[in-house]
Amino acid sequence: MNNLRTGQFTQRNRLPAGGRINRDEEITFRYNNQYYRGFKGDTLASALIANGVSVVGRSFKYSRPRGIMCAGVEEPNAIMQVGSTEATQTPNVRATEQPLFQGLVSSAVNGWPSVNVDAMSVVGKLGGDVMGPGFYYKTFMYPASMWETYEKFIRKAAGLGRCSTRIDPDRYDHMNHHVDVLVVGAGPAGLMAALAAAGTGARVMLADEQTEVGGSLLFSTQELNGKPGLDWVATACDALDNNANVIRLAHATVTGYHDHNFLTISERRTHHLGDSAPAGQTRERLHKVRAGVVILATGAHERPLVFANNDLPGCMVCSAVSHYIRRYAVVPGGSLVVMTANDSGYQCAFDWFDVGREVTAIVDTRAVAGSDVVEGAKSRGITVIPASAVVEVKGSKRVKRAVVYAISEKGNFVKGDARELDCDTVATSGGWSPAVHLSCHTGSRPVWRDDIIGFVPGATHENRFEVGSVAGEHDLSDALKHAAKIGCQAANKALDAQHANSVAIPQCDAVNSAAPMAIFHIPHPKAPSRAPKQFVDMQNDVTASGIQMSTREGFESIEHVKRYTAMGFGTDQGKTGNVNGMAIVANTLNQTIAETGTTVFRPNYRPVTFGAVAGAHVKELFDPKRFSAMHRWHLDNGAKFETVGQWMRPWYFPRDGENMHDAVNRECLATRNDVGILDASTLGKIDIQGKDTREFLGRVYTNAWAKLAPGRCRYGLMCGEDGMVMDDGVTSCLADNHFLMTTTTGGAANVLNWLEIYHQTEWPEMDVYFNSVTDHWATLSIAGPKSASLLKELCTDIDLSEDSFKFMDWRSGNVAGVPARVYRISFTGEHSFEINVAAHYGLHVWKALFEHGVKYNLTPYGTESMHVLRAEKGFLIVGQDTDGSVTPEDLNHGWAVSYNKPYSFIGKRGMRREDCLRPNRKQLVALATKEPDVVLPEGAQAVRNPRQSIPMTMVGHITSSYYSANLGRSIAMGLIRDGINRMGESVYFPLADGRTIEATIVGTDWFAE
Amino acid sequence: MFLIYCPHCEEQREEDEFHASGQAHLARPADPDACSDKEWGEFLYFRKNPRGLHRELWQHTAGCRKYFNIARDTVTYEIHGSYKVGETYEPTFQSHTSEQPGSEQRDFKHHGSEQPSDDTAS
Ligand SMILES: [Zn+2]
Repeated sequence: MNNLRTGQFTQRNRLPAGGRINRDEEITFRYNNQYYRGFKGDTLASALIANGVSVVGRSFKYSRPRGIMCAGVEEPNAIMQVGSTEATQTPNVRATEQPLFQGLVSSAVNGWPSVNVDAMSVVGKLGGDVMGPGFYYKTFMYPASMWETYEKFIRKAAGLGRCSTRIDPDRYDHMNHHVDVLVVGAGPAGLMAALAAAGTGARVMLADEQTEVGGSLLFSTQELNGKPGLDWVATACDALDNNANVIRLAHATVTGYHDHNFLTISERRTHHLGDSAPAGQTRERLHKVRAGVVILATGAHERPLVFANNDLPGCMVCSAVSHYIRRYAVVPGGSLVVMTANDSGYQCAFDWFDVGREVTAIVDTRAVAGSDVVEGAKSRGITVIPASAVVEVKGSKRVKRAVVYAISEKGNFVKGDARELDCDTVATSGGWSPAVHLSCHTGSRPVWRDDIIGFVPGATHENRFEVGSVAGEHDLSDALKHAAKIGCQAANKALDAQHANSVAIPQCDAVNSAAPMAIFHIPHPKAPSRAPKQFVDMQNDVTASGIQMSTREGFESIEHVKRYTAMGFGTDQGKTGNVNGMAIVANTLNQTIAETGTTVFRPNYRPVTFGAVAGAHVKELFDPKRFSAMHRWHLDNGAKFETVGQWMRPWYFPRDGENMHDAVNRECLATRNDVGILDASTLGKIDIQGKDTREFLGRVYTNAWAKLAPGRCRYGLMCGEDGMVMDDGVTSCLADNHFLMTTTTGGAANVLNWLEIYHQTEWPEMDVYFNSVTDHWATLSIAGPKSASLLKELCTDIDLSEDSFKFMDWRSGNVAGVPARVYRISFTGEHSFEINVAAHYGLHVWKALFEHGVKYNLTPYGTESMHVLRAEKGFLIVGQDTDGSVTPEDLNHGWAVSYNKPYSFIGKRGMRREDCLRPNRKQLVALATKEPDVVLPEGAQAVRNPRQSIPMTMVGHITSSYYSANLGRSIAMGLIRDGINRMGESVYFPLADGRTIEATIVGTDWFAE
Repeated sequence: MFLIYCPHCEEQREEDEFHASGQAHLARPADPDACSDKEWGEFLYFRKNPRGLHRELWQHTAGCRKYFNIARDTVTYEIHGSYKVGETYEPTFQSHTSEQPGSEQRDFKHHGSEQPSDDTAS
């Protein structure tokens, strides 16, 4: 803390009275390692302005100083890193949107090392030359070494903030809503529409992104019903808040408009209170709203005019100046020059003058202004310079002078002599761009309107209306009338009703205004390429000459210009710059803006934090975990787990001091010599009933099922229509019309859907029903020479003798006193019993087995030993030894395919395709390394001749590889080209570490030799 | 995020509850063994990609687990109808984009000798 300087500034730009701030609550905050003071109700931006901070960042490519230009979401320059601790760091925060709170810590993100020291000047100048439009694309053509040089600077200098790598201490959540009418934006039009909609009894939601509702009324001087506009806003809010059918959200930005009127709203619930949410509160909430009808009342963003050095701190948009003066009681400077192409730009000069600061002049690009504003200027004695423009501003870190020229009627060239005006602030208004962003999200294209000089939302198939400025209705009186009508109409549409509007529309005085002028890019005595830089997109450092250059280079489509110049990229999404850029493209190509069109805006309208996206779906709620009924025992007995699908399966059970290798060796030896036990509950189990079950099984499995008798089980291979193996498992006949299918652990859900889709779409006439019973049963598999002796102690009502209870039989009986189905099936090759009991008995039976099993050396084993034991017998695992390109014949499993079944089962036609029948396919074989201790890595590629030149011809790869304690050597399985016909031949595995391992192709059953 | 009407549950439900299963009305050949490799390949791999009305098979995975068909406009994403497997649906609306020829139930047996349709080119 001792490197921090106490702010040497006072709130010198703060007015002694006024504004919607609470002067009783003074706030201390930090910006770039200095302390400052502001008031409750300030934004970070208004507080910085109050303290006279002009430079709030340096630009992306050119490292130019930048100041606050706007007052809301459209601000392109004042992008902050906020956070007082490492864990609460938040990047990409607009100072204009961040409410001030006690102890707020912020820094400019695109200044390096300091916004006030131009350490990048050399690099910046270098960048200025090499980082023209298309920089990224062109640079890739340079040698890679040069890219690294640039990249280092770009990343360090331009990074738009950083994320913390610590765990976020806050909680976030999601909330779903179904409403009749969703109104987006609580300016005058949005409030009016919401009132009218709510008046019908409809369920209404009104969302506004600001901390205070009111939209343009927060800074305009227009009165409603003869009183300040905000009085009406307060009344309207009361009415809405007292209506149980209305939900009103503040600090809540509608960021996405998705299909079928599904909208996402990002609500910042505590960002005005502190870095981290107070205990028991969520920091942000993502609202997911399904709306019958949507009313967009998103307003409009004021367009700055494009002129030379227009990025110099002190250049602002007109409405922002009014905003700061009227809402926050701060004046962004001492002397003001306004340049406007319409009447609305005059207001900021009046506001500035009325608080006692100097207005040097209003420069109007038009010859004639409206009578109301002419009178306003005259009564204040403000100089108006008509038919002229500020073509350039001068200054180093702040505007010092504005250069004014007379311009031609159409605004395309300058006339006469320069005139320099002293000022520290230049506010410009090129007109208002409706905030059409949300209207584009579902594919609708904005439409250019010459009369309002802006794009308005285009036609849509969604149930959507627009009111107010976004619809081009810039006149308040008209906008309110229309909003009331639409609010009622929208509700009627959602409710399928015919209510009349019952809500009073506030009266406001008509305004005598003159037509605005369509001017975007102010001419300069020099060509744009030779004049000082004229910025279009501040955040991406896109200039007018850059856009002209890209059109000259042949990028004529606006979408191409966007990608080539990066205009409208990033967090800014072209809120202030897009229309100006399009106008420049149109002008260069000699076409209209309507012909040029606009780029498409996509979600999200403003950045949404990952926390809000994730909501409560984090940590243990991110993805469900599934546990078997015996999980407690596994935990108590030190199991190490692996995740299989969502299941937590014991991987191995280490004893004191054992590593995995030791534990697996011990488990495998115990199973072959005594008896081992595996929790096999995770295998998918599907109960199938109905009189056509046999026939159905015959169609979905490759082998025959017609004759399987009750009490018997059979291994089945399941293929896709392409003939490739998809799943396998044992299915048992419980009764003539009742079977239990088992699937791989990971394949259970897919197999169930597979059965359903064939039943429902291809063979609906079949009488067959499927039900997932995976979780209903606990499955305990005991394997090894002593398994029968052990089971005999717990199960007396099944004859376990080999003669009576044969391999692939199942019997029902009681085990440890509870009903069980016992299967004589084996995945180890050992004498095995798979005991299935109702899941809630699983732990009881498992424990009972251990009570009796100690004397037999009953040893729990996990999935790793299971893999080794099955590989010793050559049993395959679908998904490990197969990859979707493997037929049963490739696996040497032709015995499991009944080609003669009457029905052409799934996979039969596929596996008869020419490619499946050709020789020399990759086939599953086992591989014995020459050095028995060497374990091949899984995935190792095989070649026949290790001395061939690179690239070598690969003939297959290892799918499974282990060390087998029972065999005293390594064992492996792999898919090798023509492997089945090449038993005894050697293949070689050249490894990344330089070794080449030789292995012999052998049969898959290691005990068969 | 779609709002989908399940014709079995007879309710509009969120897309989260459903799973898309690709093009609808892809009938498995009655006699697969009589198909040439080319015909089988068409059945297995070739799918339409129309601009405009498309018939899709969906499953109400988190609901009734039933499969059903929807008629959806691939340009506007509007769903014009949901109907059960085995039922037919004839659009009665004015579509923004017209239904392409051949988007009815496809008979792959006659498809083998045809040129690829221009579905993907439009
Ligand atoms: Zn359903």
